[in-house]
Amino acid sequence: MISKDNVLEVRNLQTSFSTDKGEVRAVDGVSFDVPKGKTIGIVGESGSGKSITSLSILRLLAENGKIKGGEIRYKGEDLTKVSEKRMRELRGNEISMIFQEPMTSLNPVYTVGQQISEALISHQGMNKKQAMVRSVELLKLVGIPSPEKRVKAYPFELSGGMRQRVMIAMSLACDPEILIADEPTTALDVTIQAQILELIKDLQERLGMSVIFITHDLGVVAETCDYVAVMYAGQVVEYSDIRTLFKQPKHPYSIGLLNSLPRHDIDQEKLMPIKGNVPSPHEMPTGCRFAPRCPAATDLCRAKMPELMTDDSGNQIRCWIYSDEWPGEKEVNVYGETRIAKG
Amino acid sequence: MAKQELLKVEGLKQYFPIKGGFLGRTVNHVKAVDDISFTIYEGETVSIVGESGCGKSTTGRSILRLEEPTEGKVEFQGVDLATISKRQMRDYRKDLQIIFQDPYASINPRQTVASVLNEAMEIQNVLPANKRRARIEELLETVGLLPYQADRFPHEFSGGQRQRIGIARALSVDPKLIICDEAVSALDVSIQAQVLNLLEDLQEQYNLTYLFISHDLGVVRHISDRIIVMYLGKIVEIADKHSLFENPQHPYTKALLSAIPVPDPDKKKERIVLKGDVPSPIDPPAGCRFHTRCPFATDKCRTEEPKLRTSDLMKEGHEAACHYMEEISAGAMQPNY
Repeated sequence: MISKDNVLEVRNLQTSFSTDKGEVRAVDGVSFDVPKGKTIGIVGESGSGKSITSLSILRLLAENGKIKGGEIRYKGEDLTKVSEKRMRELRGNEISMIFQEPMTSLNPVYTVGQQISEALISHQGMNKKQAMVRSVELLKLVGIPSPEKRVKAYPFELSGGMRQRVMIAMSLACDPEILIADEPTTALDVTIQAQILELIKDLQERLGMSVIFITHDLGVVAETCDYVAVMYAGQVVEYSDIRTLFKQPKHPYSIGLLNSLPRHDIDQEKLMPIKGNVPSPHEMPTGCRFAPRCPAATDLCRAKMPELMTDDSGNQIRCWIYSDEWPGEKEVNVYGETRIAKG
Repeated sequence: MAKQELLKVEGLKQYFPIKGGFLGRTVNHVKAVDDISFTIYEGETVSIVGESGCGKSTTGRSILRLEEPTEGKVEFQGVDLATISKRQMRDYRKDLQIIFQDPYASINPRQTVASVLNEAMEIQNVLPANKRRARIEELLETVGLLPYQADRFPHEFSGGQRQRIGIARALSVDPKLIICDEAVSALDVSIQAQVLNLLEDLQEQYNLTYLFISHDLGVVRHISDRIIVMYLGKIVEIADKHSLFENPQHPYTKALLSAIPVPDPDKKKERIVLKGDVPSPIDPPAGCRFHTRCPFATDKCRTEEPKLRTSDLMKEGHEAACHYMEEISAGAMQPNY
């Protein structure tokens, strides 16, 4: 799926943390593309490395974290190699980010206007007055009522949904190429979540930016994304267009995840959970990381890690079933669904 | 067989005082739960859904008298739990158990699993001491853990396993009713499905009754027989699961259902996006509490509080609190967005 239209290409990203118990590879082989003007979702459960992936892109890792390998190509530049000074020019200006908890991401002792102005003054060279005028415009853009008044409000004076709108206004201040949204609606109630999702979609259409949407909520992914990368234990296990993932998921983990989701829109008999637990980062399985929980695992899966393979339609999959080396049956039963093996 | 009433809540109110001024007088109240009534029958699962601040958790806590209810009756098998002494209440806690949301916070980190379970049984005097160890190991197997894990500490378990310990603790005293307060909300989907299946199996095995408190309508549709929808301390709709999801009547229920993202990219649905935020429960709006966000609100809604009632469009046992259910369904009223 490599094409000129990608604003961002992540290739085999590896990010490690040094801890008391030794090195932890939180992200270990993550690859995906972000096409211009599209939304890509990164989904996965806790500890899958989805947030670390986004923090790696902006090089915002904690002190004990380090990008150990791979490339993050943004318009020809490899972000893993550029200087810290260059990184500062990019952050908030060309690539910006919104976080899950708007209360902890906003500074409680500055007004909303002062915080939005900061980016405008440092990146766009505006003076204080110009920045304030632009701040009001931005607050209006994200649907905050009476923005002239709110620009002087402190974060504690706003509700959770309003704070998230302020965060979005701030991230849009410099017209970024890419917006990274890390669980932006997880802390919000569903009726407020609906408002924020509409807002992000609407702004994306108007401003033509690309969005990386990090979430654990498959419903949110289905409604907002064009492409999706499913992560498990620090790796991308499947990267495909949204329809394929929800209609014909290939990786046993993706199939299991969709089958274990309780749905509000249809009646289900019993849920089909994935057995066992996510492996600890200190004791990663040697072969495929999902093998200990996978209903279709073979000796090959337990011994050797599969590569991320690209199929004819450009979708990517990390599973032995779809390789020439698959040792098992041609028809594989995965959580009650049949998948046809290659070879 | 007629349905047996297990718990009957009548006119329950839970107000929390707000202290203010330099004398620390009560200046106002947060009306967390404001006059709600419902009944739970033996062996069924009733869910309370709603957004943050709607009073769903407070309802659960008031039933158990973890907060002393301000007003109202909580009848458990005919005995009003709200008026009996604390000592008597302690005996009833054997029949009414609760599982909390955060499995990290609700189990003492310095106690082994065996001692957590033993303590529960000891307080309620369930079994003689010499038989408890065998029972503990049996309980652990029932919830899908292994007997040898009994002497481990909570930090040695994952979140899902810890929630299983919480379930084992609730089961250890042979309860009749278990209140599950967002019991699976903190868990990842694959683990959540495991715990939901476990709860269903246990219900069948031990004829348990559940009051399930959750904000996740997917989970609620899966596990419930009947559902109560709350908004700002009031019940706005109550119905069996099927009626609620297929034939919702209250504008809030409709908006809530339409707001949930569906994990199916082909299902394009009409979304009702509500304006604004939930008002403060300190001075809730007069009349219908939803009128500030309701697209159908009229002057009547702003002054007159709607009562729970049924209409020709609804099955038996389905009630909603809206003045205009009939008009809205017939299309005689147009939403004003």
